[in-house]
Amino acid sequence: MSDERGEVIGGPHGGSALIVTAAVGAVVSAVLVSDEGVSQGKLALFFVVCIAAGEVLRIRMPGGRDTAPIATAIALAYAMLPSIGGVALTYAVPLVVTVTAAGSLFGVLLRLAGRRPVPIDDLARRIIIVGCVAGVFRPFLEADGLGRQTTLAIALLMTAVALLGLALDSLMAALVRAGADRAPYGQAIVDEFRAMSGIDAAIGATAVLTALAMPSMGWIAVPIFAVPLVLTQYSFRKFTHIQDTYLQTIRALSRVTEVGGYTEAGHARRVSRLAVSVGIEMGLSERDVRELEYAALMHDIGQLSLEEPIPGGSTLMTSSVSAREIAGLGSSVIKQTGVLDHVAEVVQRQADPYYPGHGQYDDSIPIESRIIRACNDYDDLVGGSVESDRILHAVERLHMGITSEYDPRVVDTLTRIVKRRSGIL
Amino acid sequence: MKALPIPARLYIATVVIVAIVVLALAIPRVTDWGAIAVLTLVVVLSEYLTLSLGRSVSGVEVSISVTSPMVIGAVFLLGPWGAAMVAAGSWLYVDRGTPVFKFLFNGAQTVLSGWLAGVLFLALGGSAPLDASSFPGSLVPVAAVLVGYELINGAFVVAYISLADRVAPARVWRGMLAGSATAYFAYNIFGLLLAVVWTAGVGPFAVVLLMVPLAVARWVFALFARQREAYDATIRSFIQAVETKDAYTRGHSERVAKASLMIGRAMKVRDDRLETLRFAGMLHDVGKLGVPTRVLQKAGKLTDEEFAAIQLHPIRGREITRELEFLGEAIVAIYHHHERIDGRGYPLGLSGDDIPEFARIIAVADAFDSMTTTRSYRGARSIDEAVEELIRWKGTQFDPAMVDAMIEALAEAPWVPVDTAGQFAGPHSDLPNYASDDDDPTAAEVLASHRPSTEAIRSERAGSDTHSTDRGGDRP
Repeated sequence: MSDERGEVIGGPHGGSALIVTAAVGAVVSAVLVSDEGVSQGKLALFFVVCIAAGEVLRIRMPGGRDTAPIATAIALAYAMLPSIGGVALTYAVPLVVTVTAAGSLFGVLLRLAGRRPVPIDDLARRIIIVGCVAGVFRPFLEADGLGRQTTLAIALLMTAVALLGLALDSLMAALVRAGADRAPYGQAIVDEFRAMSGIDAAIGATAVLTALAMPSMGWIAVPIFAVPLVLTQYSFRKFTHIQDTYLQTIRALSRVTEVGGYTEAGHARRVSRLAVSVGIEMGLSERDVRELEYAALMHDIGQLSLEEPIPGGSTLMTSSVSAREIAGLGSSVIKQTGVLDHVAEVVQRQADPYYPGHGQYDDSIPIESRIIRACNDYDDLVGGSVESDRILHAVERLHMGITSEYDPRVVDTLTRIVKRRSGIL
Repeated sequence: MKALPIPARLYIATVVIVAIVVLALAIPRVTDWGAIAVLTLVVVLSEYLTLSLGRSVSGVEVSISVTSPMVIGAVFLLGPWGAAMVAAGSWLYVDRGTPVFKFLFNGAQTVLSGWLAGVLFLALGGSAPLDASSFPGSLVPVAAVLVGYELINGAFVVAYISLADRVAPARVWRGMLAGSATAYFAYNIFGLLLAVVWTAGVGPFAVVLLMVPLAVARWVFALFARQREAYDATIRSFIQAVETKDAYTRGHSERVAKASLMIGRAMKVRDDRLETLRFAGMLHDVGKLGVPTRVLQKAGKLTDEEFAAIQLHPIRGREITRELEFLGEAIVAIYHHHERIDGRGYPLGLSGDDIPEFARIIAVADAFDSMTTTRSYRGARSIDEAVEELIRWKGTQFDPAMVDAMIEALAEAPWVPVDTAGQFAGPHSDLPNYASDDDDPTAAEVLASHRPSTEAIRSERAGSDTHSTDRGGDRP
């Protein structure tokens, strides 16, 4: 999974590799442009301003992805713009890269002035893909290969090039993310495309529309065709917000058992954090990880139905029958929502042993349940402690349970994570 | 559904007949049948998209149709007659769930709106097809169409609703404006964009490209609506988890949320704050999850310690909710909903305006619902009796303004009492159960003079305040 090349692109330094590439590209382009001079200077300046404006309107997408669709769409349009007002545009890759970099940096300054966060690697990816798109598309213009083509053919070519550029963007983002989260590359790529395909389609369409309409409409086309994308962004913003709110609420509700004295303070949250890390490293999809997080947060909710709290709140210490009962009670509360059926199933089966007997393992237990079971038991043993003795002791106990209760792959991943976190090698 | 009133039927018939006449006149007047075919196809497709998304998300408005932008695009490209023809495309998609008269009316009013907007466009000096280079000059007729189409469309619908439901048109208008008028307007700009790209020589492919951001926006909006529904459902079922601990309060939180909204509206609380108020009403008793089930379900007299445990629930509620940023002032409302206007409530004993507004609202809503539902030791009181009680404790337990607002709201929209008796198999007893009674004004009066628990509350308060001093608004 971690071959040499993968480490370079997708390792912990993958993000910085992209940033260096983009920065070098931008500087070289700027030098070339200053040598050759700027063709259509006013137009270039206009695009710098528009890209900066798009950068200010940056949004956060589900899954914590930071992106500025309008800035990217406008930069792509500039990369593909064939002519304006009947004058053919002959600028090449260096000017496109310079304009994109300048607009992005200008926008970053505006965001910094407003004390808002700036994800540099997103800018780096934009500069790289816009450069690539210009590099592929502009030679067609120079050779005048488009002069004889119909508008439809040009539009199709533009669409294909723009979408390839955006796919490259997702690919780079996935590799960086996989490196940072230690997720398998394949799953990270699938997640990234799943999350971004909608907004990328909108970005690509906007870029192509702008590049097609601008020759006859003039500059006004840029703000006009940004309007639909603003609407798209607005929808995404609302969606991300409600999803964040949802998670926040479940986190808060997970504290109910703590407030009632049923479980130890911080237990649900520690279990969910650990479970999420295990889930990501084991290659669960983004959606599955999200549900895993919900389930981990609510795994003890069934204790609320008990008349008296279990002393200490630990489910590890209770007999397996009552642990199952609690799991069942919690599951039925969750099932009532009508929208978290899988989460309910996960909570229901968290108390089932992975090996019910005689070396036979039970694969019908969802992987999420197995993860929560191990993480819960680990936290019952360690709590919030960071002492390496306690951690090692807990890990040892989990390993002893491999032949009866736990999924060995889960225990291995968990062990790797807690050792890495506490610096034990 | 009840039969439509005669005036509404006449109205529908007139609109449909006029629309058909306009279409008949349009046929010899249009020339660009190719453009009409493409736009009509998109209208049919968009109708399909709208309805299939709309059904899966019940209760939430997601059915922003792409029909109006297409009709507006047709106005700019083809003028009034072409727009009428394109609008008739909405008749080509038949949704089995829609009653026939509604289906006929919807199509007819779209035809007439498109046609009238086109007439308006030409009258103000616009020319179809729109000339992109004439831009700054043609701004007035273009803007007139974008706004005018929505107004004309709205007028048709308002007339229909007010005739069918016998409501004053002004009220329907306000409701619609409060709804998604701006969203509709924003979507209509797509119509303009469509015409501009089309005439710029890109042709029908422009429609495809334009539909993409729109379709994505709508798709995500549907996801949003579904997620919001999931969110509501989740909160609701957690509240039910609280309520199963005390069978007599089933549905209580939801009704308190409803009554709080009624008071909030009568108090002219802003819309975005109303949403917060609703959450505060829903979650006001969430702290009861932190009260041992044994105490909540105990029939008969409670010991001082048990009183104290119950009186902790607003504090527990705040502990649970305080990290929910979006709840904002709902958190202090949850914390203070058992304060009394005379200062004899808990947990802090605040009085008068020191008690947060939402807490004063919830106090009244809470008491009202408690009185009008069955409790273990008594049946539900009538609404009139409950109102009398509210008036009786005006100025001591309750903020007089909130009580008046509740009475005003009750006059506007009647409250349907829920009979919770017999819905549960909870402990039944002839002795007062003070746990559920905490919300009942009479019992609250007893409690306020009893005050068995000040010690316990004070120590708990000290404990919880040390790590939440910044929550604001609790103490002046």
